[in-house]
Amino acid sequence: MIRAWLSQHSYVLVQVLKRMVASPVTSLLSALVMGIAFSLPVGFYLFLQNMHAISGQNSVTPQMSLFLKQSTTGQDIAAVRERLQGKEQVAHIQFISKDQALLQLQQSGGAGNVVPSLGRNPLPDAFVVDVQNAHAEALERLQIIMQKWPEIEYVQFDSVWAERLEAILSFGRVITILLFTLLSVAVVAVMFNTIRLQILTRRDEIELSKLIGATDGFIQRPFLYFGAIQGLIGGITAWLIIALALQMINDELKTLAGLYAWDIHLQHLSNSDSISLLLFAAWIGWLGARLAVASHLWQTEPGS
Amino acid sequence: MIQFKQVSKRFPDGYLALNNVDLDVGAGEMAFLTGHSGAGKSTLLKLIAAIEHPTSGVIAINGHNIVQLKPAALPFLRRKIGFVFQDYKLLFDRNVYDNVLLPLQISGFDSKVVASRVRAALDKVGLLKKEKAMPVTLSGGERQRLCIARAVVHRPLVLIADEPTGNLDMGYAREIMAIFHAFHQVGVTVLVATHDAALLKDAQYRILFLQQGKLAT
Repeated sequence: MIRAWLSQHSYVLVQVLKRMVASPVTSLLSALVMGIAFSLPVGFYLFLQNMHAISGQNSVTPQMSLFLKQSTTGQDIAAVRERLQGKEQVAHIQFISKDQALLQLQQSGGAGNVVPSLGRNPLPDAFVVDVQNAHAEALERLQIIMQKWPEIEYVQFDSVWAERLEAILSFGRVITILLFTLLSVAVVAVMFNTIRLQILTRRDEIELSKLIGATDGFIQRPFLYFGAIQGLIGGITAWLIIALALQMINDELKTLAGLYAWDIHLQHLSNSDSISLLLFAAWIGWLGARLAVASHLWQTEPGS
Repeated sequence: MIQFKQVSKRFPDGYLALNNVDLDVGAGEMAFLTGHSGAGKSTLLKLIAAIEHPTSGVIAINGHNIVQLKPAALPFLRRKIGFVFQDYKLLFDRNVYDNVLLPLQISGFDSKVVASRVRAALDKVGLLKKEKAMPVTLSGGERQRLCIARAVVHRPLVLIADEPTGNLDMGYAREIMAIFHAFHQVGVTVLVATHDAALLKDAQYRILFLQQGKLAT
């Protein structure tokens, strides 16, 4: 029973693949159309993902930097730490000593070259504080309070640019979703038309099959397989287009990043995102085929 | 095996193709259905396979009323019937073997037995040597026999044929009738619609005569 079922399905699969190979130009063009349609929103999505990654892992969490006066002692530092721990808005405290800061500056390139020419370390000790998501006003009040502490030279509140970036990114996400929706509908329409033509050219076979006892499932199967496989190939094409584009962009970025001593290169989709893309593409192809089959098969009903 | 009780069929344009037909073809019987063209022969055969649906009356195949069948159940009725179509309905995009294979694929036969089934059916109609040929290359008689092989490959209970010798000369026609006779011999119920007087003259089977939609025996 199960073996018969399996052999039926694998037979259909082979037939569908044969049919695709039999008209390679058409199949390749369809794959290309779908690939390009998918690669646009996916590329956009990737761009946003990379922006997000570059801008820091947790850019949405507001951060405050407390720079201490040059004259502070170990006791002062301990006192500030204790006071910070007492504040309920403070989620995480990281102390960066002036020596650490200098080391980081040297390693980060850019201004690092000038360090040896400085007679002494001009950098202050600092606390980097993650604040819990609180109301902007409350955070401002906290900033004012801390500014008044005697050991503090300056408090910098870093959330504004992060919020702006976050707003831009979420705007970008909306555009991605819109693009994705529109182009998916376009792909469904393309697949609908492809399958409709196939049904028309195979009318005789469909009609005969019905006359000799084929179920609707049997008749639909090759078309649904065709849609899903074509969609899958479209998804793979999109993945390859993006891989190629990233390759080119990263080559350029390497030169640019070298000039500024940055370490940036754009990442392709993660494994799970890649699998999602392929499954989604296959599903979209299947959906187009399903709609075509549903709207055209009744026309071949014998006796009607 | 095939029972009609007061079956009438009126087409949407008002034409009455069958008028109160009562019919009973027993299991394993072979019978001819004849009458002038337009007498309703094709319509009657289509009713048996539920390709057309009666306006009134009851049709039973193998004891099951098929008039009330749900669309989802129709395929399973049709698999019990082998239909030799007047216009053959061969598929020209595949070879002889694959044409005969189709009913087995539809019924979901295990791929291990299909090859021997297909070859057995082709052998019975004398087309075994042509299994790789494309239907376009076949003569009229060969196409007819291919259609018969396809109709019997899944071993139906009932074999119905619509004018199976219509386009053939006498030699071919006798050959075809011999094939039907052979199926009758192994217990298949056979109903053949024909207006070929020469075939009917020396037939030893019951002849059902349709005249203007009515059955006159």
